[in-house]
Amino acid sequence: MKKITKLLFFALIMKPIIFIILGLNIKNRDKLPTKGGAVIAPNHNSHLDTMVIMSLYPLSLIERIRPVGAADYFMKNKILACFSIYCLDLIPLHRDGSTSKEELFTNCHTALNNKDILILFPEGSRGKPEQMSRLKKGLFYMVKDLENVSVTPIYMEGLGTSLPRGEALFVPFVCNVSIGDPIVVFETSKQLNTELNEFFTHAIT
Amino acid sequence: MFNIAQNAQYAMLSIIILLVISTLIYIYKKRANKQKDFTELKLRIQSWWWMIAIVFFSLSISFKTAVIFFAFLSFLALKEFLSIISIRHVDRRAVFWAYLSIPLQYYWVSIGWYGMFIIFIPVYLFLLIPIRLVLIGQTDGFIRSSSLIHWAVMLTVFSISHIAYLLVLPVQNELAGAIGPVLFLLFMTQFNDVSQYVFGKMFGKHKIIPKVSPNKTWEGFLGGLVTITIISGFLAPFLTPLNTFYGFIAGFIIGISGFFGDVVISSVKRDIKIKDTGTFIPGHGGILDRLDSLLYTAPLFFHFLYYVRY
Repeated sequence: MKKITKLLFFALIMKPIIFIILGLNIKNRDKLPTKGGAVIAPNHNSHLDTMVIMSLYPLSLIERIRPVGAADYFMKNKILACFSIYCLDLIPLHRDGSTSKEELFTNCHTALNNKDILILFPEGSRGKPEQMSRLKKGLFYMVKDLENVSVTPIYMEGLGTSLPRGEALFVPFVCNVSIGDPIVVFETSKQLNTELNEFFTHAIT
Repeated sequence: MFNIAQNAQYAMLSIIILLVISTLIYIYKKRANKQKDFTELKLRIQSWWWMIAIVFFSLSISFKTAVIFFAFLSFLALKEFLSIISIRHVDRRAVFWAYLSIPLQYYWVSIGWYGMFIIFIPVYLFLLIPIRLVLIGQTDGFIRSSSLIHWAVMLTVFSISHIAYLLVLPVQNELAGAIGPVLFLLFMTQFNDVSQYVFGKMFGKHKIIPKVSPNKTWEGFLGGLVTITIISGFLAPFLTPLNTFYGFIAGFIIGISGFFGDVVISSVKRDIKIKDTGTFIPGHGGILDRLDSLLYTAPLFFHFLYYVRY
């Protein structure tokens, strides 16, 4: 059921909106990871961020692409929860401290072992329009104990103007998407975040 | 549906034949020189096939599909323009009104309300955009934003809607039909680009505006202009209500204005230091890279025709 609703949602609604109404300029599309388990670490400005990244994938792979989101936000009411589950197949993360640190990423790890590709925003929330916030450590804690999982940074520009936080009016602007080289080796969260910041700073045109 | 006047059919067929010939030349060139990379040329020709197919299809089906097609083209062009120039974040609501002008402007076209079509953007939208920006209230950059948004709409919506209005003008040349003048304008504009390029490549020596476009030469400009003027004189009676004499003048107008449309968009790109306006059309760049000359030829050709014949 989830499979079909997600597929239909992207085929009939999201992909037409992203590619026809919004429009993308994609740099280095070939660097997009197509084999799981992999993690995508994009900058976060808008709800459209997740939609754009998922739409970059062909429909045959869409089932494998799973965003990770805060449970306190995406599960806060029935409608949002339904949407998160049936259209995005979101992995909820309980960041409020109700689950122990060891169990926090269990669902993510299961998905990565299943060869899924996860989208996790290292900034945490969307922040101010078209501005980067400080990177958090969650991404590092999720991937640190896993082998063969790469982190691919993606920088998107323009979505914070199209649909910023707290606005309901969607105004289309072409979005520039730049995909970076996968980061494979890192020992500390600082190291990982330095690498990510390095990419984000240089991707800004 | 598919109720196309005879000469328009011939014109479409000829354009397809031209495209087949260029495709064959490409295949021949590729076979003759295996080392050289022809990917760019291949993408260019492929995109030409797509563009021609989409234009012919929407023109042939019905008047409505043609108007919707040009409206959509305006939307893509306006979006591209507003995306490459960095507009203030707070302007987004004014930009939304700019987008809303598209369905309205093309609605005036579809009902043939000439008076409204011709003043809606130059008068009403011109006054409305600053009002919306005043209501937003941020005065830093107010002048820049109000001029930018209006200029963008003038170029991409007002100019392009003139092509659609050609379809509404009463048919005077039965053999050319309503779409004859549209095909004439599109073909002449694109052919002008090509011949200016070819003459420039072959004889180009004296740069015409080196600061804006270093590849443009006097030889290319004049060679193209003479070619277009002559061809237009012969084609105009066939595809438009114009006779040969007025056809020459129409060609002359298209040659000169096409050149300026091209360099105006080049200046925009130079100003913001980008090479192409986008990646929408593989091998060509963005929508505006392809439409640049048409932004100038469409209104000028339209008003010449309108003045002479209507």
